[in-house]
Amino acid sequence: MTKIGLEIHCQLTKLESKLFCSCKADYRGFEPNTNICPVCVGLPGSLPRLNKKAIEKATVIAMALNCQTPQKIAFFRKNYFYPDLPKNFQITQLNIYGPTSIGQEGKISVEGKEIQIRRIQLEEDPGRLIYEGSSERTQITLVDYNRAGTPLVEIVTEPDFENPKQVRLFLNILSDLLENLGVSDPSLEGAMRADANVSIEGGSKVEIKNINSFYDLEKALHFELTRQQSLAERKIEIIQETRHWDDKRKITISARSKEEEEDYRYFLEGDIPWVKIDSKTVERLKEGMPESISSKKIRYENYGIPTQVADILSSEKYFSDFFQKYLDYSNLVINKKLGVPNNFNEIEEFDKKYHSFAKEGANIITTDLMGLLDNKEKRNASKLTAEHLSDLVNAILENKITRHSSKTVLQTMVKTGKPISEIISEFALEQVSDDAILSTMIDEVIKEESKAVEEAKLNPEAINYLVGKVMKKTKGQADPTLTLNLLKKKIS
Amino acid sequence: MNLGISALDYIEAIKNGEFTVEEFVSETFDQIKKVDGKLHAYLSLNDKALDQAKELDKKRKAKEKIGSCMGMPIAIKDNICVKGAKTTCASKMLEKYTAPFDATVIARLRKQDALFIGKTNLDEFAMGTTTEFSVYGPSKNPWNQEYVPGGSSGGSAVAVSALESVVSLGSDTGGSVRNPASFCSIVGLKPTYGLVSRYGLISYANSIEQIGPMARTVKDTAFLLNVISGIDPNDNTTIDNHGEDYLKNIDSGIDGKKIGIISEMVGKGTDNTVSSATKKALAKFEDLGAKCEEIPIDMVDYSVASYYTITSTEAGSNLARYDNLRYGFDFDLEGYEFNSYISKARRSFGPEVTRRLIIGGFVPSAGHAGKYFLKALKVKSRLTKEINAAFKKVDFLVAPTVPILPFKFGEKLDDPVAMFLIDFNTVTANLTGKPAISVPFEISNGLPIGIQIIADSMQEKSLFQAAYALESTTNLPKVPL
Repeated sequence: MTKIGLEIHCQLTKLESKLFCSCKADYRGFEPNTNICPVCVGLPGSLPRLNKKAIEKATVIAMALNCQTPQKIAFFRKNYFYPDLPKNFQITQLNIYGPTSIGQEGKISVEGKEIQIRRIQLEEDPGRLIYEGSSERTQITLVDYNRAGTPLVEIVTEPDFENPKQVRLFLNILSDLLENLGVSDPSLEGAMRADANVSIEGGSKVEIKNINSFYDLEKALHFELTRQQSLAERKIEIIQETRHWDDKRKITISARSKEEEEDYRYFLEGDIPWVKIDSKTVERLKEGMPESISSKKIRYENYGIPTQVADILSSEKYFSDFFQKYLDYSNLVINKKLGVPNNFNEIEEFDKKYHSFAKEGANIITTDLMGLLDNKEKRNASKLTAEHLSDLVNAILENKITRHSSKTVLQTMVKTGKPISEIISEFALEQVSDDAILSTMIDEVIKEESKAVEEAKLNPEAINYLVGKVMKKTKGQADPTLTLNLLKKKIS
Repeated sequence: MNLGISALDYIEAIKNGEFTVEEFVSETFDQIKKVDGKLHAYLSLNDKALDQAKELDKKRKAKEKIGSCMGMPIAIKDNICVKGAKTTCASKMLEKYTAPFDATVIARLRKQDALFIGKTNLDEFAMGTTTEFSVYGPSKNPWNQEYVPGGSSGGSAVAVSALESVVSLGSDTGGSVRNPASFCSIVGLKPTYGLVSRYGLISYANSIEQIGPMARTVKDTAFLLNVISGIDPNDNTTIDNHGEDYLKNIDSGIDGKKIGIISEMVGKGTDNTVSSATKKALAKFEDLGAKCEEIPIDMVDYSVASYYTITSTEAGSNLARYDNLRYGFDFDLEGYEFNSYISKARRSFGPEVTRRLIIGGFVPSAGHAGKYFLKALKVKSRLTKEINAAFKKVDFLVAPTVPILPFKFGEKLDDPVAMFLIDFNTVTANLTGKPAISVPFEISNGLPIGIQIIADSMQEKSLFQAAYALESTTNLPKVPL
């Protein structure tokens, strides 16, 4: 049986500062070796100064992954020489003296299959090596310590995955979850990385390291499984080893066998006393945790939003946050309109209205807005507010504009931030619901489309074609219900 | 002018206008010029000290307030970072290293207007008990220049003893403040672990070491501790002492106190002269109203083995950063791949550091940790339990600081185990985190003997009271310069 386990490294990019000093946690955009200080470069005499916020964020991750969180955590030194490691040891966590890492024994469900989380640990990211040319043939290697000390959460799973597809689904769920928690921005380059261990029936465990993206991880897993299977077919022993992913050639290369494994001489980091995480803190963190993606989804479905729309909306943090703001504002609008409900009927009426706002808003966000704001630059530049969207939906629900013209309004709002009234009059988008005007248009259509009219007489469904024609003539501004009624009257 | 005055007397004299800071500092440098060629207490001197002294005098003249140290000269062990000053750890590895920041203790002293005279000699990376492992050559004992001054803070002890500074700072991982204090007949304190910030102290064995004050009198030591102690956000292991004043009530005496003599530390291996000095000290304690009894602490017999296992392990990790990639010494880069480059560069460590790094690579390694490193940790925790139990019965534990008299250069250089055993009486305080002080007690045939008093954690105040009481019973000769 194929067994795949993962070690996922996730940077806590939403933290202000590094794990042991006050340099920026998000090192991106700095000139090389400018986001550094004596502590993160490990200058003689410097000592780590623990960032308590990192402990809290990591604990929140552990709780979101259903892990047990210990009352006391400890840090250890992992000793090895590497040029990206300024102290030549990494401060990390370990469970050799009992469960002292930030979380253990969690689980997460992937399409019905439960993936066990063995351990979650908090550690420091090393610096970065930049090779001139390929890593094997480089003459010069440059070191950039800007990243050194960035808070990193390592999530270690049990070897519970049976195929690369499950891995991909898991990583999608995980990265949405981390984004939703507001601890990390998985879209940043290098913010999420994974090592994998792979074994097939009868073979030893092979670790694959040096995988820089989730996209490459899936490729690496496919390559490694094929490699192991072809060895097995030829009855060649699969040895326990560590292999590196070569992202240029898209293959794994043997790095070292079990006998050559480094001895990290782990021992307690004396410069950081054990940290107590009392039940009060745990409670406070639990209360402060954002609503989970799955409970968001259920809530959306309760508003009557279709499952697929609820699925997309709940897993996209930017849009579900926006949606929530929109709902909160719309709530006020409805209250103003209906008054605060104080009996069962009024509550029912309120809910009905609220749900239509929710459905219409969710619809606009997933069909139009997600396309308009499909990257960070566009999101940053957008002038659309929750109030805008609420006004727009209100106009649709009150038949002031058609759904069709709502696209133009939305686009203009995103671009200019103008209020809806201004946009409607600027673009003359007011819905045509004047009987006389519509009547003239419909007569024209009936004249032009005599064949379709005959068809519609026999088949009531075919009338929609004629409605479409009227819409076209009015540039989408005709009131669809009114048009249909008039058409029906005139044809029969 | 008397260069041999205490720090507190110096401060009084400055306040009374008996001399200026400049006069005192200038005379101190004259003394250094006169004696340091032979004694070699200093590795480098602060060439701005005289200007800084003038500046302080100017401020005083203008009636501006200046810090409580009033320009008091202080010498700093060269493993403590002073911004802008070379900080070498007496190693080739840091030959070209200039510290870019002040250690917390330095910042605190600077704020109180202490004057840094220079950086003092030590065994390379503070590993040793004689300064013979300094890559720049040993310091000499001012009491007899054929003898070692003790170590590793030998330079700091010599500077104070030979009137080349009023006070100094050392660091104590296994006795490195107390041992040279004893050998040079000055006072040296190893504070409770966590009482003094280690930020800026270049780590050797970070879980047990402390920066410690060294001075001519117990009062000066307490005064220095007032300045340098207390919680520090830059060192997560520091403890809040709520601004304790260690000088207050220092003369309370020890009437009615209970003193335990650690049996293992006065038994076999103790020099006869040292033994009889210790007996005399105990008699003095009894005269002062204390009650003395012998207390066996079984684990003491294993303390040195535990100490060397733990410190070597931590040193192996703490000194790993010296790969000469980011700072260090001039070294031809060309033609080396990383691994061969660093192993070549790291051959510049001296013999004692190398020895401990080899031990430190072995004892915590996967196949051997259970037999060595983890066992050493067990000894440490059992020793701590025994010492804590002892402090339920007595107020202080007493032993000679060093079981033997100062010895001649080269005498033990080829016998690492004999050298290790010199630490027999001092490592217990480090392994258990307790404060311990060495008080000069006797000069025997021209060689100093110090008595060590150990107290329970954070009991520095009563420790100073006991040390002050003992000091008051002595009348020691001046150093023969």
